[in-house]
Amino acid sequence: MIAVIRRPGEGRDRWPRRRELASGLQRSRIKSGTTLLIALLALFFAAPAFADDTMPQAPLANRQLDDPRLEAKAHELMLTIRCLTCQSQSIADSDASMAGDLRNQIRTRIAAGEEPEAIRKWLVARYGDYISYSPQVTALTWPLFVLPALLLLIAALLLRRRFIKGGK
Amino acid sequence: MSAPEAAPANGPRWALWLPLGFFTAFIALVLAGLFWPANKNVVSRFVGQPLPEFNLAAASDDRPGLARADFIGKPRLLNVFASWCVPCAVEAPQLAALKDAGVEIHGVAVRDHKPELAAFLARNGNPFARIGADNLSVVQVGIGSAGVPESFVIDGKGVIRHQHIGVITADDVPRLLTKLREAGQ
Repeated sequence: MIAVIRRPGEGRDRWPRRRELASGLQRSRIKSGTTLLIALLALFFAAPAFADDTMPQAPLANRQLDDPRLEAKAHELMLTIRCLTCQSQSIADSDASMAGDLRNQIRTRIAAGEEPEAIRKWLVARYGDYISYSPQVTALTWPLFVLPALLLLIAALLLRRRFIKGGK
Repeated sequence: MSAPEAAPANGPRWALWLPLGFFTAFIALVLAGLFWPANKNVVSRFVGQPLPEFNLAAASDDRPGLARADFIGKPRLLNVFASWCVPCAVEAPQLAALKDAGVEIHGVAVRDHKPELAAFLARNGNPFARIGADNLSVVQVGIGSAGVPESFVIDGKGVIRHQHIGVITADDVPRLLTKLREAGQ
């Protein structure tokens, strides 16, 4: 058997028990506990600090295009454009003001008859491949496309050898 | 039943250490990512390109608006900022120093209200010759700027020559002056 040695004030005993709280000896603990409670309650009433602008959203940031076909086209593109403020979100998901402005620009351009891939190219020319979630084959990324095919080929060859051996 | 026999050793003995080696390398990779996180700055690919055509209305009452044509003639600094951007106030003394050094600075105020911008300029100083109101981030996106503050060195032909991402610190001032001088050659 392994004996568990726990000093008082360690592990589960760390929080004052109700009985101890009631005793006069623990007054200071009650005081700090009340302070903590007040501090926690105060959090509920705290006004959030404004880290963003107060400008109203761009006209087409959150308003869909009237033509559902064009809206679908725009939305599909928005899903694959990175929000530069919240870099792990697409501009379709992000509530950042810059994402709203980009959605507005994309909807405006789609409504004017521009093709989604042309808009993507326009954005990539300004921010690089980083802004696009749709991977392109480039001098840097080609191994990502070639390696899986290569590994599958190697696996097929290995399996074939094994099966032929097993058949013997 | 007899105990299962150990599989015959396949390959050289040192291969036994390979999994541990891979594991250590993986841990090292994770630690490297933790302690030296990747740089999240989005660099503009538009450096070296001419400014796009734009014409912004005045963002403040005592400075005119800003158009592409206002960059023709001599090298200037284009400062993308906003009154709601806290670090933008931090770089105000450095912008003032650049202005004192003879640099003409044009501001692009991103998504800003006139009263708030006026209060910001009254509090931190106004180093700008012109300030354009970029209420839909059109110019900001047009030059590949990913946030505020950012500053661009524009040469006398309206071509973007250099991008400075983030606050201009006192150490950055000489470098920006050099870039502006190079843009003038």
